[in-house]
Amino acid sequence: MIPAPFAFLRAGTVDEAVAALAEHGDDAKLLAGGHSLLPLMKLRLATPSVLIDVNDVPDRAGARLDGEEVVVGGLTRHCDLVSSTVLRDHLPLLSAAAEAVGDPQVRHRGTLAGSLAHGDPASDLPAAVLALGGTITVRGPGGDRSIAADDFFLSFLETALAPDEMIVELRFPRATGAGWAFEKFNHRAQDWAIVGVAAVGGARPGVALVNMAATPVRAASVEAALQAGAGPEEAAALADAECDPTSDLRASAEFRRHLAKVLVRRALADVATRDRSPTDGATGAR
Amino acid sequence: MTARPDTEVAVAIRVNGTMVEQVVPARTLLVHFVRDTLGLRGTNVGCDTSSCGACTVLYDGRSVKSCTVLAVQAHGHEVTTIEGLAEPGALHPMQQSFQAHHGLQCGYCTPGMVMAAVSLATEHGALDEHDVRLGLEGNLCRCTGYQNIVAAVVAGSRDMEADRAPAAGAAP
Repeated sequence: MIPAPFAFLRAGTVDEAVAALAEHGDDAKLLAGGHSLLPLMKLRLATPSVLIDVNDVPDRAGARLDGEEVVVGGLTRHCDLVSSTVLRDHLPLLSAAAEAVGDPQVRHRGTLAGSLAHGDPASDLPAAVLALGGTITVRGPGGDRSIAADDFFLSFLETALAPDEMIVELRFPRATGAGWAFEKFNHRAQDWAIVGVAAVGGARPGVALVNMAATPVRAASVEAALQAGAGPEEAAALADAECDPTSDLRASAEFRRHLAKVLVRRALADVATRDRSPTDGATGAR
Repeated sequence: MTARPDTEVAVAIRVNGTMVEQVVPARTLLVHFVRDTLGLRGTNVGCDTSSCGACTVLYDGRSVKSCTVLAVQAHGHEVTTIEGLAEPGALHPMQQSFQAHHGLQCGYCTPGMVMAAVSLATEHGALDEHDVRLGLEGNLCRCTGYQNIVAAVVAGSRDMEADRAPAAGAAP
């Protein structure tokens, strides 16, 4: 299988990439790691006429601290999300979610921005970004704008990213010391999750689900219950409240709903175990 | 911007230590470039859907599935295939270990297994069985049941580590 013919352009900067998107219109696509886009192109499910390679754009990979925020470059590859000491210390959930993606070869190529832009509800990283309350900075012809993760995923494979915009970086409130968990249930090694759970503790607990709706979805009822002082069992029972899972070859919708509750319960137990926050108010009583 | 998108693209890729300069159709996959353009047939195409790992090569020293990388994405980078792991006639420690532990049956997945194993041991040093079973999740073998492959990679990773250790401490 090879992709349909396309014209190729290497962008040296974000602005070059954005200008090329504006010039070539809807039919142009950005290429980073290519591990979502190239499989679609090989199956001819996607046939862009222009590919704009952004792999050579400098200074858009890696994680750093900026005041109370953690900033992660869009071109950071999954393997580097896993090994980043900044993330291990201040945003370990993102490292854990990255480590759950595919296999080592996939993690050597795939990028954070690529995974978000693809907008697949079965992807691991979008749920982690939701749970962590991330903000996505994108650049278009008119300059930069920020999109809260909660407003980013619109429907199946559809995001708030405009056709002429590129994801530049992500910003997260530091989750230093907060407990975290990433649970992934799948039949086979390297497979997509049948259901996945990203959870983080702290003053504002975050819980989001993989593959439980047309988009990655925040388990708002679980979060509200935790904030109101509910224990893990009680909160986890609400895991499927915001969900609309589908039935497919791997699992029925009913099984997915059951699994979501079980995995959220396990995740919340791990969150409590891993909690290292010095002044953990409301959630510390668990 | 001066550059125009083109369906034919000049690439300069260091493959197994030798600089290769070619003009390729933009849609050429790295695995086809390596096999068909360069004639390096050690890299196999298995599933062609980035699942099985038979096409694994090293890209700047890290394992990638060459069926899901465009040749143009390797421009300016180093690619190592199974043919480039050791001098002709010699074997890399990981290849020797696959031979010693009989880590193969039909052999189709073997080049990809070896390349993935070399990448894993380069990144993480000496590996135990758990590391190997997790770290080779991107490579499928339909014959062996993996037992001998895992044994080969555990031993091979220790041999690679042993080879590195004296070199690091030795005087020039």
